[in-house]
Amino acid sequence: MVEVFRHDVIIVGGGGAGLRAAIAVAEADPSLSCAVVSKVYPMRSHTVSAEGGSAAVARDDDSLEMHGYDTVKGSDFLGDQDVIQYFVEQAPKELSQLERWGCPFSRNEDGTVATRAFGGMTTKRTWYAADKIGFHMLHTLFQTSMQHDSVVRYDEHFVTKLLVDEGQIRGVVALDIRTGNIKLILANAVIVTTGGGGKVFPFTTNGMIKTGDGMALAYRAGVALKDMEFVQYHPTGLPGTGILITEATRGEGGHLKNSEGERFLVEYDYGVGKKAELGPRDMISRAIVQEIEAGRGVQGPYGQFVNLDLTHLGEEKLKSRLPFVLELARTYVGVDPVTSPIPIRPVVHYMMGGIDTDITAGTSMPGLYAAGETACGSLNGANRLGSNSLTECLVFGARAGNEAVEFIKGVSAANEDRLKAQGEEEAARIENLRGRQKGGEKISQIRRELNHTMEEGCGVYRKQESMNATVREVASLRGRVSDLKLEDSSKVFNTELIAALELVNLVDVAEAVAVSAAHRKESRGAHTCRDFPVRDDQNYLYHTICHFDAAGPKLSKKDVTLGTWEPEERKY
Amino acid sequence: MAEQKTRKFVITRFDPDVDEVPKTQEYEIPCEPDWKVLDAINFIKDEVDSTVSHRWSCRMAVCGSCGMMVNGAPKLTCKTSLADYGDTVEIEPLANFPIVKDLVVELEGFMDKFKAVKPWIVAAKEEAEVKAMADSDTMKGGTNRQSAEELLEFKQFSMCINCMLCYSACPVVANEPDFLGPAAIALGHRYNMDNRDAGEDERNEIFRGEGTVFSCSYANECSEVCPKGVDPAAAVNQAKFNAVIDWATGFVVPRGGAK
Repeated sequence: MVEVFRHDVIIVGGGGAGLRAAIAVAEADPSLSCAVVSKVYPMRSHTVSAEGGSAAVARDDDSLEMHGYDTVKGSDFLGDQDVIQYFVEQAPKELSQLERWGCPFSRNEDGTVATRAFGGMTTKRTWYAADKIGFHMLHTLFQTSMQHDSVVRYDEHFVTKLLVDEGQIRGVVALDIRTGNIKLILANAVIVTTGGGGKVFPFTTNGMIKTGDGMALAYRAGVALKDMEFVQYHPTGLPGTGILITEATRGEGGHLKNSEGERFLVEYDYGVGKKAELGPRDMISRAIVQEIEAGRGVQGPYGQFVNLDLTHLGEEKLKSRLPFVLELARTYVGVDPVTSPIPIRPVVHYMMGGIDTDITAGTSMPGLYAAGETACGSLNGANRLGSNSLTECLVFGARAGNEAVEFIKGVSAANEDRLKAQGEEEAARIENLRGRQKGGEKISQIRRELNHTMEEGCGVYRKQESMNATVREVASLRGRVSDLKLEDSSKVFNTELIAALELVNLVDVAEAVAVSAAHRKESRGAHTCRDFPVRDDQNYLYHTICHFDAAGPKLSKKDVTLGTWEPEERKY
Repeated sequence: MAEQKTRKFVITRFDPDVDEVPKTQEYEIPCEPDWKVLDAINFIKDEVDSTVSHRWSCRMAVCGSCGMMVNGAPKLTCKTSLADYGDTVEIEPLANFPIVKDLVVELEGFMDKFKAVKPWIVAAKEEAEVKAMADSDTMKGGTNRQSAEELLEFKQFSMCINCMLCYSACPVVANEPDFLGPAAIALGHRYNMDNRDAGEDERNEIFRGEGTVFSCSYANECSEVCPKGVDPAAAVNQAKFNAVIDWATGFVVPRGGAK
């Protein structure tokens, strides 16, 4: 028998967005029981790896309008402008709140919170804690959440299915990794905050856990994914591992140099103008690829790279502003940034696409919400500006929590018998998969093939033919992933079983990315197609909506909300 | 690039449903010269034996998941170079914790200790006013001021990634599993030293209880193994001192009076 647990709100994922949502629920009504279900202990969530900072207007020379315009332009005019306006309004309030909860922000001399420059932002509006904002944000939120007894954690529980009955969300089925038991966790509102799915690709800043779980759960439950073709390559990852070297290195004055020692963003026209190293990520990643293609890359053991030079910033500044960068470069590439440039290359970092949400963080399914990277509320459009994503976790995590609290007030009671029947069925499916000896496919092999084809088809520069090939290849992997051979039949902490479930999620997410990419015959933001090098507002100024279908993804369109800023040529 | 080198890994295996006690299993694999210990374990998991269980995620020394004993010493395996080891490397679960499976240890006890120190800002009375400012439309309203010096008072103790290496190294935890321990004490002390916090009295009360700061034997092992330079031993010592001073002042000035 599957054990049943009942709560008022369930949050799937315990990173920045999820914990912010949990605190919002607890503060709105401490009598409500709020479950946080996460496949890792919350402090392991990938929010922890964010480095550079979190954006919100803070200075006299700045305005909400400027933050809004920067974000719209950064999105290559695919961001929804009502969502962007709401976001920039809430951003200062949310970051101020985080400060009051104890986040150790770096400070100006007068004791106010310091801000730094970031790519695509007109002025200094990125609040930071040296170069570990994600770590401090996550730990501050996690520790703050602990004072609320109404927040009940299900640590190391992997959600395998959203429970939907008559079109409404009613809870989740979760595998307790610790015991191997299946649990039915019921609530009339569910908030999905599981982050991105960078592990679809071979070379990514993302941690092992970023397997697009929430996107895949919602997608299979009938909620559409939106704008999945837009995958952000961060310009500066360490070769080999893909470990992130923060954009704050450039915000603090670092230079990108080619094999000739030239600052190529200054020497050649890559559309970033005077912004140079402070251009947006999509443009700088393309510039690096072009430099390498032009024969001005440096050859290393993991292929060609360019250099990120911080040596002129001086040891003192590096130690105070970028201590983690020093640690990472020294530990993972054996380079001391005080005296030598850091080898870097573009690396998959962030998915602009995700679960289709609106300004309320709501989805098309009553009671189901999503926030953070797993959602696509169309704040980021075709390209996200660095340091908007952490703020997005706070703004829309809080909104989702508050909306969920309102939503459950008017909901009729669930039919538990039907939900239990679904739970039993899901338990049988998982049981059948655990230690499944009869299959013929190996997890690591399928993952490798998936990674390879996604890099081939959906890289920084894309070609129609290779995207089409990737679509076909992923479709064939979707068939093969149902024939996995599993060796581990143990119940307790069976990570092979988790890896198998994650792999199915990766394949579903990858398919949505590839199919959405192959259909968009233009170049916009992070989607750059060599066969269609120009943005085409006439035909493609819309969101790509991707629906799950057993026969393969089905695409449709959704209007972009304009209103304040008319689309114009994106040049810096 | 330098050539691959074959190494032998001796890994602890334990499935509570099958095994009475932990056993070991050996794997010989080709290792790249720039691998960390974690890369080797991941290779074994992916290519040789998918039944091995271990925790990991960020592989950049910040999520704190992958602490294990490497040749008997607690290490963050994603930060530990294989090049520093010989042909045979022993990997065990973190010492001083119950084993769940293979290289995975039980963290529930630690999570309870963590919460016990009230690791959040206990608000001063003026908080309501600050909040009102923040909720208004002013952009800059609602944040505390904190000087660089005030930040420095606690910053170091806020850098703990909860990797648990210090609990594995601590001789007191080894004998007294209920000891609050280095990371939890450092965390409580971190909030005590934060000028935005008003919870020092409550936490000092906790610190004066049994199995907390006064159980520490000054071994300093915790600070030596910390991969993030938190120096929990310093935090424990400072917390000890403050808890005593606070207690002593309690005789002179009634609680709730001037501090």
